[in-house]
Amino acid sequence: MDKTLMLSLYRDMIRIRRFEEEAARSYSRGKIGGFLHLYNGQEAVAVGAMSAVEPTDYIVATYRDHGHYLARVGDMNAAMAELFGKADGCAKGRGGSMHYFDVAKRFMGGHAIVGGHVPIAAGIAFASKYRGEPDVTLCFFGEGTANMGAFHEGLSLAALWKLPVIFICENNLYSMGTPLYRTLSVEDVAVRAKGYPMAQEIVNGDDVLEVREVIRHAAKRARTESLPILIEAKTYRFRGHSMSDPAKYRTKEEVKEWMERDPIRLLAERIYALGIANEEQLKAVDEAAKQEVAGAVRFADESPSPDTATLFDDIYYEPEHHEQDEKVVPLEKRRQQASV
Amino acid sequence: MRELTYREALREAMAEEMERDERVFLMGEEVGHYNGAYKVSEGLLDRFGERRVVDTPIAETGFAGVGIGAAMVGLRPIIEFMTWNFSLCAYDQLVNNAAKLRYMSGGQITLPIVFRGPGGAAHQLAAQHSQAVESLYAYVPGLKVIAPSTPADAKGLLKTAIRDENPVIFIEGEVLYGHKGPVQDEEYQIPLGRGEVKRTGQDVTIVAWSKMVHAALDAATELAKEGIELEVIDPRTLRPLDDRMIFDSVKKTNRCIIVEEGWPFAGLGAEIAYRIMKEGFDYLDAPVVRVTGEDVPMPYAKNLEHEVFPGVEKVVRAVRDVLYS
Repeated sequence: MDKTLMLSLYRDMIRIRRFEEEAARSYSRGKIGGFLHLYNGQEAVAVGAMSAVEPTDYIVATYRDHGHYLARVGDMNAAMAELFGKADGCAKGRGGSMHYFDVAKRFMGGHAIVGGHVPIAAGIAFASKYRGEPDVTLCFFGEGTANMGAFHEGLSLAALWKLPVIFICENNLYSMGTPLYRTLSVEDVAVRAKGYPMAQEIVNGDDVLEVREVIRHAAKRARTESLPILIEAKTYRFRGHSMSDPAKYRTKEEVKEWMERDPIRLLAERIYALGIANEEQLKAVDEAAKQEVAGAVRFADESPSPDTATLFDDIYYEPEHHEQDEKVVPLEKRRQQASV
Repeated sequence: MRELTYREALREAMAEEMERDERVFLMGEEVGHYNGAYKVSEGLLDRFGERRVVDTPIAETGFAGVGIGAAMVGLRPIIEFMTWNFSLCAYDQLVNNAAKLRYMSGGQITLPIVFRGPGGAAHQLAAQHSQAVESLYAYVPGLKVIAPSTPADAKGLLKTAIRDENPVIFIEGEVLYGHKGPVQDEEYQIPLGRGEVKRTGQDVTIVAWSKMVHAALDAATELAKEGIELEVIDPRTLRPLDDRMIFDSVKKTNRCIIVEEGWPFAGLGAEIAYRIMKEGFDYLDAPVVRVTGEDVPMPYAKNLEHEVFPGVEKVVRAVRDVLYS
């Protein structure tokens, strides 16, 4: 077993967990507005998947995107500043929790209309194939997406055109507050792949190494044979759908049972069993993550709010406006200019 | 100068741009092997091959989204809707994704994509196939909207749209495809956001786009016999709108009629009327009048359909209203 890899997976997962815990705290303190969908409990999926692909492969995520962003881009400061609605956020405070972006690192966004990003991911893969580039696209979504028309249209086109895209369904058993047996006509989302047809796989989403292996194979196949796949990761979110959801629709026993399979603890136990690190050493990794989160909060606190003079920036790509960027145009004037 | 049909002019624009830029491709239902439901893309598959002229299943959400994804990473798709009526299946893609991705990402995403196809009513196609959608799209910041009335405008504007770095909604007139007009031999583009005076006159300004320009011009010919001179302004691009050209005309004529095919309530003409009122209040000698489609889903029966359509008679009547004659 690759010692460095195991420790790096652990580090990436604990960073997400600590970040999300702080996000919840900052939300309660009123520093974060809007909707906040946390990733606690699902860390193994994003971290396993990102570790299995190249940094040049494209990532398309949903509104529950903090984990994917941190696993791919890693910039906790930009992530926290975005939650705080600050100018140094990863979308300059325009997107918030649900719309993280880092196009330079091929993190193609958190998308908040369920299913709407599935055809987009197919389109990015279409472009890679069109240009003869080897890049693969990873598209994440929840099991609730499997009932949306856009999901079916995206998968059917990906199968028809043999696009190099990996669809990763993170089945956390609840679409918002409704258990999947009340919303899904099949037990496993993966079987939906049969009809297109496309390859399918079910993976234990609590096991970061298993996720990594499955995605690694899928990516290799997508890259060399240009074929899509639907992978269903069975997982569980430890918290409610969003911060406004106390998650009373789940029994304490059920939550407890899943929390005993905490993906971070599972990996830690494996690390101990293999003698890669001891409890004290992992604690140091955890401590470093907590320090980093504290630093991100300071960074986000200190980052300025977006200048209101930039309100109308970036609605359109306008070369002439880009040339004017240095000049300060009063907001009222910008308002008039924007009102075309 | 050559005479081309509107359809040929559009095809020429696409062919020239595909020739010029490898990143440009055409995707939609029946665009390839069938040579286009309205034959706009006729011959393009033979010329450019299946890689660049891509037939799709009937899946507007799917292929509109594929186009957006491809544009996000640097291709320049032309997505054809067989008609704009069907774009409503993809409305989420156009409004929530195409229009907003640049802004939501803090300017990280550039989205050079054109959505095009025929809009408006043709003949007896009933309610689901007979609607003018320009107001639905012009409403949305982040989109540009074009609705050309002539072959020359269609070609020059489509070329500009394809080279634009933003999502463009390009609405062709379904009944204009066979319409002929002069198109210059040399290559040219028409800038977005610039209207054109299609006829000059002193008495009343008519603002109209797409096929309504022709109703306005026909009304102008008829009224000229009585010595009433209409000035017909075709904004060509609806967003961004050349309101300066409209204001200048209204300052001259002091009267204005807006002719649009769509429904009256919350239609684009209401916004234009508001702008004229706000900018040119002191210049108006009569209230701005709108001639629109009637406020009903389009009926099938020929006589009823005729009642709905804002034709020449209604324009002439409106002119008499604003002239108090």
